[in-house]
Order: sequence, then C-alpha cells, then structure tokens
Amino acid sequence: MIELLVQAEPLFIDVLKILAILIPLLVCVAFLPLAERKILAYIQGRIGPNRVGPFGFFQPLADALKLLVKELILPAASNKVLFSIAPIVTLAPALAAWAVIPFDEGIVLADVNAGLLYLFAMTSLGVYGMLIAGWSSNSKYAFFGAMRGAAQTVSYEIAMGFALVGVVMSADSLNLTTMVMKQSGGIWHWYVVPMLPLFVVYFISAVAETNRTPFDIAECEAEIVAGYHVEYSGIAFALFFLAEYANIMLVSAIAVLLFWGGWLSPFQGIPLLEQTFSWVPGFCWFFAKTAFFVFVFIWMRGTFPRYRYDQLMRLGWKVLIPVTIVWIVLIGFAIELHLPPWYV
Amino acid sequence: MIQKVKMWAKSFTLFELFKGLGITWRNMWRKKITVQYPEEETPVSFRFRGVLALRRYPNGEERCIACKLCEAVCPALAITIESEPRADGTRRTTRYDIDAFKCINCGFCEEACPVDSIVTVPESHYHMEERGENIMTKEKLLAIGDMFEEKIAKAKKLDSEYR
Repeated sequence: MIELLVQAEPLFIDVLKILAILIPLLVCVAFLPLAERKILAYIQGRIGPNRVGPFGFFQPLADALKLLVKELILPAASNKVLFSIAPIVTLAPALAAWAVIPFDEGIVLADVNAGLLYLFAMTSLGVYGMLIAGWSSNSKYAFFGAMRGAAQTVSYEIAMGFALVGVVMSADSLNLTTMVMKQSGGIWHWYVVPMLPLFVVYFISAVAETNRTPFDIAECEAEIVAGYHVEYSGIAFALFFLAEYANIMLVSAIAVLLFWGGWLSPFQGIPLLEQTFSWVPGFCWFFAKTAFFVFVFIWMRGTFPRYRYDQLMRLGWKVLIPVTIVWIVLIGFAIELHLPPWYV
Repeated sequence: MIQKVKMWAKSFTLFELFKGLGITWRNMWRKKITVQYPEEETPVSFRFRGVLALRRYPNGEERCIACKLCEAVCPALAITIESEPRADGTRRTTRYDIDAFKCINCGFCEEACPVDSIVTVPESHYHMEERGENIMTKEKLLAIGDMFEEKIAKAKKLDSEYR
C-alpha cells in the first residue's frame, strides 16, 4: 500500500518526512514550557508543577486543552484579517526553518546549498508576525511591544549575521551539512575554538532575536503587560507561544551546527573514548547539544534581569557589531595564513 | 587607567554574568522550600486570630453576660447586642450578631471580654456559601465555640504564660 503510494506520488514521501520532523518538534515544543517552569522553580527554591501526572508531566496537555476550549476574542477595533493571520505568520517560519537542519549526516529534509541563507531569511520573517500582531491589535501596549520587538530584532540581526559570516568564511560554504563536516576530526576542530567571541555574540543575539530574558523588552510584563500578543487569547495565543519555543530550539540547533560540531561526537580523535562511544548515533549528540543550549536559555531567564531599552540598543550596535567585525578580519588573516588545525 | 582596563576585561569576559549563572546553578540543587498546601501546612500561632466564637462554661451555661464591652470596643462596629433579663433573673443577650464582613479580626473584643466569652479561634479554614451567612448569629457563634472548645482552651492556656 505504502509502496504504491510512494510510486504514485513522490510528494507522499516528502509529506512523511515533514511529519517525521514536525511531530517530534511539536512534542518538544509542548514540553519545553513545562521544563522551563520546572527549572525556574528549582532555581527559585520551589518544586514547580507536580499536580497533573507524575512530576507534572501532563501539565502541557492540560494547558493545551485549556487554551483550546477558551474563547477567541477579536477586539472590536482591530483589523480582523491581519489579527487572525498574525499568529500563523509567526509560527510558520519558525517551523519551516527546520527543513534545512541536518540531524545527522544525510538526515535532512532539504539539503539546500544556501541553507544558512534560508535559515537567516526564515528567522527574519518572524518579525513580520510580531509587527502585524502588534499593529492589528489596535492596542497601545501591543503596538509598543511590536515596535520595540521589531527594532530589537532588526538591530541584533546584523550582529547575528556578522557572527555567521565568520563561520561561512571558515567553512567556505553555505550548506549546513558541509559546515558540520568541515568541523570533523575532534573537539578542537569545532568552530567554537577559533571563533569563541563570534559564538558569544551569536548566542547573545539569538537570545535577543527570540525576545527572551534579558532581552524580552518586547514582552516586558512590568511595562507593557505582554507586548505584541496582549490582545490574543485561546489557541491564537498558544500559536505565539509555540513559535517562541520553536525559535528557541531553532537558534540552539543553529548554534550547535555552526559552532559546536553538529552531530559530531565530542570524543572524536581521542583514542580510547572514540571507540567506547562509537555506538552513539550522531543525532543523539545533536539533540544533547541542542538540549544543553535550550537549558542555557532557561537558565539565563532565571538569572538575569531585563535590559533597559537604551542599554539593549547600545549593546547591539556599539559592542556586538564592532566585536564581530574585528574578529571577521582576524579570521580572514587566519584563513590566508592557513592556520592549523582549522584552516589547512 | 588600570581601573578602566580591569573594567573592560571584566565586561568582555562576561565575568559577572557567569558569576550570576553560578549562583542560580547552586540554587538549583538547594533544598526546596515549597509547602504542599492541602497535604502540608505551615505551623499556626496560638495567637492567630481566625474565626470568631462564643464559649460556654463546662456546665453548659453560656459565658456571655451582655456587658456590651465588646460592642463598645469594636473599631469596625461589627458587633450588635441586645439583652434582657432571663427567667432566672440573670442578664443575657437576646441577640449577638457579628458581621463577618465588617470584622477586621483585630481581637479587641477578646481582650475586652471580662468572662472570656467571645474569642478568636486559631483556625483559618472557614468559608461561607450563601449571601447573609456573613452575619454570625448567637447560635452560630456558640456552635463554633462548642466545635473548637478544645482548641480554644489550649490556645488560652498557652497564652496565659505571657499575660
């Protein structure tokens, strides 16, 4: 039956592949808020959700059910069409970006040559959802949130882009699989070693891009209630929520692919350990590394206070961008001089 | 100059940020202080001023002698008392109402009472379901007193040491 379908419709296999990526992704996204609540609770000396199922394991299901049965409120003064499509515009790029993420050697939905550019385009599209949501709500808080979020995202995109330029120069390619393969040969070959400042800049910009603490002035409960999605309720709000967490996982995955050797084992090239851990499939390393960075996101939320708006802009334009430019020049020299072991 | 270099080194190595992360990391492994409320409760002081009650003597006679000191001292004017001589010639209340919505649980009535009749019980688990239940009548207050007599006596005994 399935063979018939595959023969009749090559699209069918693609749909299957998409589902194979999307379903685990959405499950992770659903359980990420629970993980976040648990970790934040632990940092604050609390237990966190533990009533729904063991360790609150079914809390996400209860939350999803609650959001599904809640009323969708369309504010009378809002632009109804834009108001309804904004959550979709926010979520769609966050999910679409996963198409080019290689989970292991060859396990990728679309092995695009300009994979990094595609990723960059998709993460940038998310800001439209935010802008549309804020504007169409016709609420001053939502509008402020959207303006702040858009300005912040656009500013930090430059620093992020420059940080990624360093990786592109080193790998001499925009294809994500090639980029990871260039890092093979051991933990000291990973690009984070020669480009630690770029990685730090990338990670800070990634936090800013996803509007997370300490850069969550777009949401900023204390000042503008909830920012651009203040007027949303029910499942529309849930879509924004899903998009935020999908984006967190996405930027973590990109960090792993570009700087931390993607699916490569950290024990590569170490005589005894390499054989001991050779049975671990590559995507396990990829997931473990990604999970670590997602954890760092939550950890940072539990630690840092929110930036003030002018501090945020100063950091983006006057610190991060100069640092990246200086380091790109240094990398240029390193490539010219064929500095081992990365640029031979 | 050296100060400035130090400051730059500090901010570019993200020294303080990592320090902060270290603090939260240690806190993650600290013992949790959550009290799982319906199953566990925090200890309550015997001086806790919770639900109001009227007490009786061990022989079943109500303590209240309708002196109206509580009514006079009540800062929220929550207490209403009417009294008449009873058949045996003693002065008793015919009406003793406390509006629980007006009551601010200050405990002045308890302090004013010469016969330890009106008391605040160290009990916070009480509620009302219908309109009008906020008016605590004499019967209700006496019933609450009967219900919590043991608790009240214990609290009074513990408190007597400090009086």
